[in-house]
Amino acid sequence: MSDLRPSRDDAVTDQLAGQDDGQHVTVFDEVADVFLADEVTQIVDEPRLEHPIEGARSLKSKPSKADSIFRTVAYAAGGVTVAIMLAVGLFLSIRAGSALQVAGIGFLFEQQWNPEAGQFGIGAVLFGTVSIAMIAITISLPLSLGTSLLISEVLRGRLKQWAITLVDLMAAVPSVVFGLWGVFFLQENIIPVSQWISTYFAWIPIFAVTNADGTPATDASAFTSSAFIAGLVVSLMIVPTQTSIMREAFMQAPPGEREAAYALGSTRWGMITAVVLPFGRGGIIGGTMLALGRALGETIAIYMIISPIFYINWEVLKTGSNSISALIALRYGEASEFGLSALMAAGLALFLITLVINFSASSIVARSRSGAQTDG
Amino acid sequence: MSTTIDAPELVEPATEEAVRRTAIPDPGETPTGPRRSLRGVRMDDVYAVVGALAAAMAVATLIFGWIAPLTGPIGWVIVAFVLFVLFYALLVAVTADGREVLDRVMTVVLASAGMILLGALVFVVLFVITRGADALFHVNFFTQDMEFAGPLDGLDVGGVSHAIMGTLIQIGIALSITVPLGILTAVFLNEVGGPFARFVRTVTDAMTALPSIIAGLFVYSAIILLITGQRSGFAAAMAITVMMLPIVVRAADVVLRLVAGNLREASYALGASKFRTVWHVVLPTARSGLATAVILGTARGIGETSPVLLTSGVTAVMNLNPFEGPMISLPLQVFDFVRSPEPNMIARGFGAAAVLMLLVLALFAIARVIGGRGPGDLTPRQQRAVLRRSQNDALRMDRAARARALSATPPQEDTP
Repeated sequence: MSDLRPSRDDAVTDQLAGQDDGQHVTVFDEVADVFLADEVTQIVDEPRLEHPIEGARSLKSKPSKADSIFRTVAYAAGGVTVAIMLAVGLFLSIRAGSALQVAGIGFLFEQQWNPEAGQFGIGAVLFGTVSIAMIAITISLPLSLGTSLLISEVLRGRLKQWAITLVDLMAAVPSVVFGLWGVFFLQENIIPVSQWISTYFAWIPIFAVTNADGTPATDASAFTSSAFIAGLVVSLMIVPTQTSIMREAFMQAPPGEREAAYALGSTRWGMITAVVLPFGRGGIIGGTMLALGRALGETIAIYMIISPIFYINWEVLKTGSNSISALIALRYGEASEFGLSALMAAGLALFLITLVINFSASSIVARSRSGAQTDG
Repeated sequence: MSTTIDAPELVEPATEEAVRRTAIPDPGETPTGPRRSLRGVRMDDVYAVVGALAAAMAVATLIFGWIAPLTGPIGWVIVAFVLFVLFYALLVAVTADGREVLDRVMTVVLASAGMILLGALVFVVLFVITRGADALFHVNFFTQDMEFAGPLDGLDVGGVSHAIMGTLIQIGIALSITVPLGILTAVFLNEVGGPFARFVRTVTDAMTALPSIIAGLFVYSAIILLITGQRSGFAAAMAITVMMLPIVVRAADVVLRLVAGNLREASYALGASKFRTVWHVVLPTARSGLATAVILGTARGIGETSPVLLTSGVTAVMNLNPFEGPMISLPLQVFDFVRSPEPNMIARGFGAAAVLMLLVLALFAIARVIGGRGPGDLTPRQQRAVLRRSQNDALRMDRAARARALSATPPQEDTP
């Protein structure tokens, strides 16, 4: 920013110098003469002046016309971008205000969603959002950790390039395509697995699937449209982001330390645990949190798979779950003015959560990375 | 200020160079054997993998068939995989010690994580394309809209031309806003800097966290309910813009940050102004990276359903006017088709998804062809060209030096 200072200073100092008594000018001329006369180093007599600070030449130059136009345009672009972004945030907060005033702090805990009756809150949908995201992260973490280590440590040459390309491509697959796959393929094929888990691991409360009267459910229809299936599909959608961030962190592990580990007789896995994983820890945590942020905001695949409910369902394998974004997609159409405000409040809550997660993630990633500026 | 220079050092650098050059030591009488391959795969490694795999599949089938009441292909794959890792560890343990067993097993685990992931990707894409093939093989699928096609009509009536046009129009409007604005903002962040730029970067980073449905909700309540009063292609384009802008800014920012600092400094040292440096040095160096950033942003923008769901409206007829009336796009059309229970509509949904997927694949392929390289990272052909140029330069300088030596005039007068 310092180079933005107007060059008026220079003009002022010039004027001041001009008003001076002329003594400095002669001294400058003498020194200049000495330099011009001979290119050889010479010891010049200690100048008799006390260097007047206002006489020092400013190193700032006045920007050219093209430069000042460029600067203005660039500032304007930055300003417009920020204005759009802030408009979204401000609009959401203002419109959410009226609903939040009615609901108060109970908004966070109430499970029903009846804005017209004044009884609404994000207790159930927030629980659904977080549970689906947690399932997704539980599945995606080992997958992405393994894949990124495979790409950065095991594969070489062309195979490595192909794997990187494929992972990047996966990040671009539209979520509706994953949703289709989830509804028409995964749904029916995963149910035996769900049944198996609920049969043998029912002693862990979240894996139990019970009927209304508390007996274990075995019918396949009790296992469809569950948070587990939605989480599986979302995990596939967030794995690419996670993988590419981790891979970049792993590839930055210093080669000196790697070779030192090998030289001490370590196997590849020994080298990975001793060098790559400690160096890439920031990347693992940051990448996982960024992926979590994406998982929380995912809409369409969840909307296609789950059957929406408005109570907290701890049994993740059982039919029925919900998420904030699915709630918005479900209810925006028939919502009244106040209902829309309530949806905005829900959206704002979701946005704030993803915001906090994203910021902490990017600060973790940034801290683990050194030297943003490269030298070619 | 100036330093005296010793003349002799300048005159004889050549002999110094000759001594320092790397040389392969003469092996003398020592016999050298054939070169050993350090990366080759030994046969017993392969046998261990194949054997463990065969044993695991056999035992998994046995368990599924006779011993445990399990069903479903996915369960079979999981059981077979666990057994495979166990058998492989057992086989390796016959010849190797604990550390090596751990190393081998972990390598196999890493490889299988990669295979599961990439296999799932390929499977998802192929699943959608094969299920959509029924619809894709009808020409009318690309040339007609759904105006006269009911839910019970066969696949030889109706198509998704209106959704394809809608997608193209919406993404076109969104791109015409995000590309100039996004790249200029990224240039602002990198080349102008200052506290305001830091603020912009923070806000942009924050907005990448914006769930896409909220971008849609914002446009729905701010533009549709307050201003236009109806859903339109333009509103959908606005929602896509709000969602894409931070992605493009951030990606372009990363690319511009990778432009080597010494290139900029060289430009400034030659007296170029800031604008000229950006225009002639920074942007051309980052061109391929910027193109990739934009194309990948486009691929994400095209595939987003949730912002469009709230803003564009559903229609069965072709609408080329983005400001008037609902205008459907491909992802929303997919979503709309598969809500119907009719098999033909679902087939159309898969067909539309396949078209969308192919569009994204094409964009991605284009991005790979032009981009995929860091700034200043050259293709082999470009590298050869640079090499040729510098060889020519060396020849030219050599000739000039010889000419100078022949004419025996002091070099100061020779140089312009």
